[in-house]
This record gives sequence, C-alpha cells and structure tokens, in this order.
Amino acid sequence: MRLTSASRRRYFSSAAILAASMLLITGCSSSLNTSANSSDSTSKCGTVKLAMSDWVGYTANAAVYTYVAQKRLGCTVKQLPLTEQVGWQGLGDGTVDAIIENWGHEDLAKKYITDQKVAEDAGLTGNIGKIGWYVPPWLAKAHPDILDWNNLNKYADNFKTPESGGQGQFLDGDPAFVTNDAALVTNLKLNFKVVYSGSEAALIQAFRTAETNKTWMIGYFYSPQWFLAEVPLKNVSLPKWTEGCDAVASAVACDYPVYHLNKVMTVKFAQSNKPAADLLKAFHWTDADQDTVAKYITADKMTPAAAAQKWVDANKSKVDAWLK
Amino acid sequence: MSAGDLLQRDSKAVTIRRRIPRWAYPLAIVIVAWLIGWRIFNNMLNLPLQTAQTTPFHLWLDQVNNWVGDNRDSSPVFVYFFDAIRDIVGWLASMFTQIFVHTDVGLQLPEIGWLGVIVLVTWIAWLIGNYKVAILTAAGFLTFGLLGLWTESMATFALTLTAVFFSLLIGIPVGVAAGLSPRVERLVTPVLDFMQILPSFVYLAPLALVFSIGPASAVIATVIYAAPPVTRLTAHGIRTVPATVAEAADSLGVSRSQRLWTVLLPLARRSIVVGINQSVMAALSMVTIAALIAAPGLGVPVLQGLQSLNVGVAFVAGLAIVILAIVLDRVTTAASTRAEVAARSTSAGRKRARRVGLIIGLAITAIAIYLSRTVLWAAQFPTEVNFGDWLAEVINGFSTWVQHTFSLVTINLNEVFTVWILNPFQAMLTETPFILVALVILTVALLFGGIRATIVSALCLTVIIAVGLWEDSMITLASTIIATIVTMALGIVVGVAMGRSTRIDRLIRPGLDAAQTMPSFVYLVPFLGLFGPSRFTAIAAAIIYAAPVAIKIIADGVSAVSKNTVEAAESTGSNPWQIITKVQLPMSRKSLTLATNQGLIYVLAMVVIGGLIGGGALGYDVVAGFSQISLFGKGLAAGVAIVMLGIMLDRITQAAAQRNMRTPGASEVNTAHQHHQRTKKGTNHEIDKRQPAALLQ
Repeated sequence: MRLTSASRRRYFSSAAILAASMLLITGCSSSLNTSANSSDSTSKCGTVKLAMSDWVGYTANAAVYTYVAQKRLGCTVKQLPLTEQVGWQGLGDGTVDAIIENWGHEDLAKKYITDQKVAEDAGLTGNIGKIGWYVPPWLAKAHPDILDWNNLNKYADNFKTPESGGQGQFLDGDPAFVTNDAALVTNLKLNFKVVYSGSEAALIQAFRTAETNKTWMIGYFYSPQWFLAEVPLKNVSLPKWTEGCDAVASAVACDYPVYHLNKVMTVKFAQSNKPAADLLKAFHWTDADQDTVAKYITADKMTPAAAAQKWVDANKSKVDAWLK
Repeated sequence: MSAGDLLQRDSKAVTIRRRIPRWAYPLAIVIVAWLIGWRIFNNMLNLPLQTAQTTPFHLWLDQVNNWVGDNRDSSPVFVYFFDAIRDIVGWLASMFTQIFVHTDVGLQLPEIGWLGVIVLVTWIAWLIGNYKVAILTAAGFLTFGLLGLWTESMATFALTLTAVFFSLLIGIPVGVAAGLSPRVERLVTPVLDFMQILPSFVYLAPLALVFSIGPASAVIATVIYAAPPVTRLTAHGIRTVPATVAEAADSLGVSRSQRLWTVLLPLARRSIVVGINQSVMAALSMVTIAALIAAPGLGVPVLQGLQSLNVGVAFVAGLAIVILAIVLDRVTTAASTRAEVAARSTSAGRKRARRVGLIIGLAITAIAIYLSRTVLWAAQFPTEVNFGDWLAEVINGFSTWVQHTFSLVTINLNEVFTVWILNPFQAMLTETPFILVALVILTVALLFGGIRATIVSALCLTVIIAVGLWEDSMITLASTIIATIVTMALGIVVGVAMGRSTRIDRLIRPGLDAAQTMPSFVYLVPFLGLFGPSRFTAIAAAIIYAAPVAIKIIADGVSAVSKNTVEAAESTGSNPWQIITKVQLPMSRKSLTLATNQGLIYVLAMVVIGGLIGGGALGYDVVAGFSQISLFGKGLAAGVAIVMLGIMLDRITQAAAQRNMRTPGASEVNTAHQHHQRTKKGTNHEIDKRQPAALLQ
C-alpha cells in the first residue's frame, strides 16, 4: 500500500512539474502566430462552411468557389466532407452554410426549405446531371442492341450471378442516390433482380472488373462522374421521360429526368449580405467548365486548389462577372 | 426435459470420455425436422420484407426523428441540456485541437509544433512507461510526419484524447458502482452491450442532429463505443478484490469511502489501466466512422481513398492509425506494469539515474516546445520529406497486380461457395416458417446454453419479429454463422501452430495486431476487385477482422496447456497429430468456446461494413438508413435487430463456455488459461474489451 501511494505521489509531482513548465513556456514565448499577421480582410468576410460531397463535379465547383472566395474576397472557407443527407441536416442546424451542387432530393428540400424554412435555393449551377442504366463499353461493342431496354430480357441469362437468384443481376450503388430501379425492373417486366451493392465504391469497382475481365454487367450510374473518364460506360436507353411519368414512385416506367443542378444555402447566410453569400448566388458555369476542372483533378492529378487556380487564371472575365 | 437433467447428463457424459456427445441425438432430430419443415412449408410464414419496403413501426421511428429535428431549437431539453453537453465536449476538443493541430489566429499554427510534440510525447512515454516505449513513441510520431500526415494524425490524436478523457470520466465511476453493487451491474450490463453492439451508423445521423455536425458529435459517438471497456474492467477489478482483504479493512473500522480509496481502487488499479488501454483502442477504431460526420483526422483520407478507389491513399492513412494504436497500446501497457516492476527490482542508484534523466528530458522538452513555437521549421513538418505518396503508389500497384492476377479465380471461388454452401443454408433459414426456425434456434440454445440462455434468446427473437425484420435478420444470421465457422477453422489451424511454437507465434502476432487495428475500409476496395460486390465479399471481410481474435485466444489456450501433460503424452509415444487432437485441443476447450464467442461478436461487428460491399440484409438496411431520410426508421430497427442477434449469440456461447468450465477435466486448464489471458496481452484490444462480459462474470 505504501508503495502505491508513494508512486502515486511521485506521478502527481511529475505531472505538476510538467504542467508548470508547460505554462511557463506557453506564457513566455511568443508564438509565430502572433508575430506573423496574415491578411486583415479575413475578419471582414468571415468564415463560410461548405458541405463537401465526394464526386468530382462537386469537388470542382467547391474548389473554384473556395479559391475565388479566398483570393478575391479574403474569406475563410471551411470544407466539411459530409454525405448528402448529413449535409442538409447541417443546413438545418447551422453547422453548414451552403451546398454547392445538389441533385434533386425533393424530400430534403421539402423538409428544410418548405417546412422548416431554414434553407433556400441559391440558383442553378449551370450543370446538368444525368442518371441512367449503363453497361461496360466492351459489352456495348460486342452486342450493340443491348443499348435498347427492349432487348435486355434476351440477354438476362448472361447477367445472372449467385446473388440474383436465377434472374439477371442489376447492380445499384450508394443508397443515398435517387433510384427508381426496382420499380423500373418490375414495371418494364424485365427478368432482372436489383442487387444492392451498398456503396459507390462497390459499384465502380464492379464496372471496372467487368470491363477488365470482359464479364457481363449492368447497373445504375450517372454523369458527370470521374470514373467515366477511365471507363466510358455506355448508356442503355429507357422509355423517354415525360413530365409527371415518375410522379408515383412504385409506378415509374420511364427514364430518369435530367437534373438541373442547383445550389442550396441557409436563409441566414443568404440574408447576411456577406460577399461570400453573393458569390455563391452568382456562381454559374457550363458543363465544359466543370469538366475542365474535373479533368485537371482526375486525369492530371492536380490538387483541387491548383486546378481551380489554373481555371480561374484562364477565365478571368467569368470570375469578374460573378463578383459584380 | 429440464435444464438440470441436461446439465447432469452432460457432465456425466464428459467424465466417461464420450464418443458420441449426448446432445448429438436431439440436435440431429431437430435438424431433420427442420429440413422436412423447410421442404413442406417452403416460403410459408417466412415474414419477407422488400429492400425498399417499410413497416408502420419504421415510419413511426421516422416521425420521432423528424420531431427531434423540428424541436431542436425550441425545446428546453435541447437548449439547456444537450447544448450544454455539446459545449463542454466541444470546448475540450477545441483545446486539444489548438495545442496539437491548429489555432484560428495568424498562420493557424498549433500551440506546439511537430518538434515539440514529438519530444513531449516521448518524454511522457518514458515518464509513465520505460525507455523502450519512449523510443517506439518517438519513431511512431516521426513516421506520421514522414507519411505526410502530420496534421491529420494530430487531429486524430487530439480527438482521441478528448474521447478517452470523457470515457474515463463516465466509465470509471459507473464501473466502481457496478463493481460494488450487483444490482447496478445487472442494470448496466445490457446498456453496455447495446452501446458496444449497436452499429455506430445507426446513431451517427441522430447524434449529428442532436449535437450538430462536427468534432463534438464525433467525440460523443466515440465515447458511446469507448466507454464500455473501461467500465467493465473497472467493475471487474473492484469485484475481484479478494474478500479477505476487504474484510480485513472492515475489521480495522475504516469508513466506506476510505475502504474504496485505500483498498479497493489501489488493488483494482491494474485492471483499470487495462480498461483504459481497451478504451483507447476502441476510440481509435471509430476514427473512420467519425469522419462521416465531419470529424477531422486520419478518417478523412481513408474515406476519400475509398470513394476514389485509391487503395494506396487509404492504406497510408490506415497505417498511421495502426501506428498510433500500437504506440498508445504499448505505452499504456507499460504504464500498467511500470510501478510494480520499478518498485520491486530497481536499485536506488538506477532510480536516481532515471530521475536525473527525466529532469534533463524535461529541459530538452521545454527547449523543443520553445523552438516549435518560434521557428517555422520546428513548427510545421517539412513537406519535402514525404514517403506517403510513394508508399501509396507502391500499394496501388500491388493491389492492381493482385486483382488482375487472381480476380478470375476468386470470382469463381465466390460462385462455387455461394451456390453450394451459402445459398442453401440461407434458404433453410429464410424459406422455413419463422416459428420452426425460432424453435430450432431455441433448441440449440437449450442444448448448449441452458435455460437462461434460452429465455434470453426467446426475448431477442421476439424483438426481431416485432421490429419487422425477420427475413433480413435470417440472411444476416446465415452469413454470420458461416463466417464464424470459417473463422474458427482458421483460428484452430493457425492458433494451434502458434500455441505449439513460440517462433511461429512471434512471426505471426504483429500481423494479427495490424489486421485488427487497420480500418476495414482500407481493404474493401481490393476485396471488391477480387470478389465483386456480394455476400461472399462481406463474409470474407468479416473473417479478416474476426480471425485474429480467434487465433490469439486459441494460441494462448494451447500454449497454456501444461508442459508436463504434453510431455507425458509424448513419452507414451503419441505422434503430434494425436497430441493436438487428444490432448492440446480438448484441454483448451474453454478457449475454443471463448474464441467462438468472440468470433461471433466480431463477425457481427462487420455486418454494416458488409452492407457497403454487397452483404445486403441488415447491414444494407443500416447503411441505407444513414443516407436516406425516409429509411431512417428501418435502419434503426435493423440496428436493434443486430444487437438482438448479438446478445442472443453471446449469451448462448457464453453459457456454453461456462458449462465447459464446470466440467471436471477442464477446470485446471481454465484457471491457468484465465490467468494467462489476463497477464499476457498485446494489441488484441477488443478481445479483452469484451472479455469481462464473456468470461469473467
């Protein structure tokens, strides 16, 4: 017993010495932080908290916005990597100021924009998103007629896997994304079963393996997406989308709509009149612009910041227009 | 037949070294009845639910979630209670962040730069441990910088410190209370089970809703998972203080609080320190998950690597987590043995030398901290030295090579296994009426576990039916059982080899440590490349995670078999095969059941990860609930179903293990083994983490 209490006393005294000396050091030495004064404008613009989704189109938007906000307006931009639903949730409680590329999400928009009135639409980004059914390029080349949904049943047997129980396998990805695939399979009377891979990584890896090994595979995918630059998947046409054809989720028998992607921001941020908020509202560019930056990031392996700088330097007039 | 009968017959059977165990006949009858029932009542009363389908109960849970979101800002409960918690947790997290990661002023450099941090942690490791772990600490922290991940590592370090602090703040008092009062313990145990088995994906989004996104929520999520180990081990330490010592104290007339502070706590100290160690390890295993709600740190590159299928990037960050885990494990372990060893064996001269060394070390630390606050090269880790990118490239190349070379073979392996083993077994569970399957499960529980385990199992199965996820639970159960069988097979083969040879043990054990601490997100991509998204892939990932634990337990069990017994068998001319099957394995039967218990729990811990790579069923439900607001309720229900499966399997195997302990021949081995388990420990954090629940009650 005496030993333990003695040793405890020794620990306490050591800890006390440690704490005292730490205080001494912190108190006496001036930190580099205080001696080096960074830009004064930081305080004027303040901090913007931007939700970061992980697809490259989003990264491109966010990189350019961040670069312009930091270099031209002197703001601090905090990028928070979040899944889409958690990002919206962040708009709700104020931990996120803005989402810079939003794909539909009518349920979340209803909850946070219409019902709770904490967020608002910040305008279109100018980019267009497409969701659809895709096959690997080798398959489209070997069987060109597969690109029409009417011929899918003919090939259903080739798509069989141990996971799909006697039917052809149709692979879905991240459960966060908008899908009508189960309803489509039923309503188009396809001899397929939707198998839920559970993540985007699983879906992409499956397409990659299918192309490398020349195996049969069909699944959900979307553009713009970095992987399409590596393996240009081919789109399978579905019955044409018409206004209202997807109104009832269980009765959908048509293609996905084209998504005009938009930005979302909190009402508080929007009404703050901060330059960063005005920049977010004004941010608008073309698919070609986004693809350029995305290509810098994926194919040329540049950091998002460097890619943004390269694009901004080459497109001064566009950036100036946002800042007017 | 009553449980008493069963017990009696069981122990009699053991003493006469049975050839056919007594439980074999009832089990055979049950299996035959099951097969017949499956064929006759195929697909009747099997309670199916489509992937996108929900039940009214799930929708009700959605509404609860919405209600919380709507009342977040107005209800006084939130404004005064939850916000206060968030502020306190956030305050400490931000303090550690400012010391180690970055400040919000000027150049945003941390209060202590890299040089100061490395020297400081090395000095602390020496102070509380010994010079060996101090060297390890210095090397480990230096590696973070060399991998180009200094800032990320420090962010993880800061949040881990915060989470461990709160885990201890809650865990130790609760553990003391549970150790002193059996009633408190009965109350606390199921809560701890829930905290440890409920997949964190389930409570991540609600936590972010209640405590808002960011470090505070991440710390709270981590505490939920990391507090149970230290609580259990504190309770265990207090409970196992010899009654005679406590009575002696009482006879001296000390007060209750004196008895606690001067007798119970000092004697339980070692167990508590082991608990702290386990909590640190549990906190580190949450790094990747925490990144999903915007916790900065090493989890971010791991997730980004997964998203862009860049195995190398994920691996390098995962390696940093492994290094941090090993450093913290070794330092806390050294700290737990230090006081005793130092007091017992060191001479006064060496003690003085150490004290002088420590004071000199303190001076060096002060200088290093001063430098790291005033000179830029000591404040910011130089970016010129960065082996991380190079290592990532190497790993990517290797991963691609493996996938290209083996993917056709592995995909065929997947197909054969799924068609011939997994699908039929799963069909038996999902296509038979639920009443029959439940009866089969309860009979197994009665045969192996006894009456208490059967009652608990019946309750668990009822909850699973009530939350409306019977079919998905059965699919998950099928995969879980198969994964556990393979885990056990691996455990026996490798474990016996390690148990019989210290050289093999020393060769394999570090690999097992790494496999356990490496975040599973890292190896998902190559696994997907090898096997494609499927239940088989999920099973394979679960085996990788669970096998090290089973292997270690079996290895410890086999090596604990008395040398005399083995030599005696050798002298009668038994060959190695006979020694393994007739002596070493039967005598470590207790370890085998314990390994089965741990294997099951570990496999279940991977159900949600499996849901990300094609495992489907409950794991997918949980993942979908995290990312789709309309499936939140179903995800939560799936989480509860996983907990029910976990508690059921845990109680059955635990009861079976305790029965084995009671059987005559095994008792000597068991005590030896228990002791061995407690004294010998490596980074096998989670073995010990659940051990008190599974073994030492």
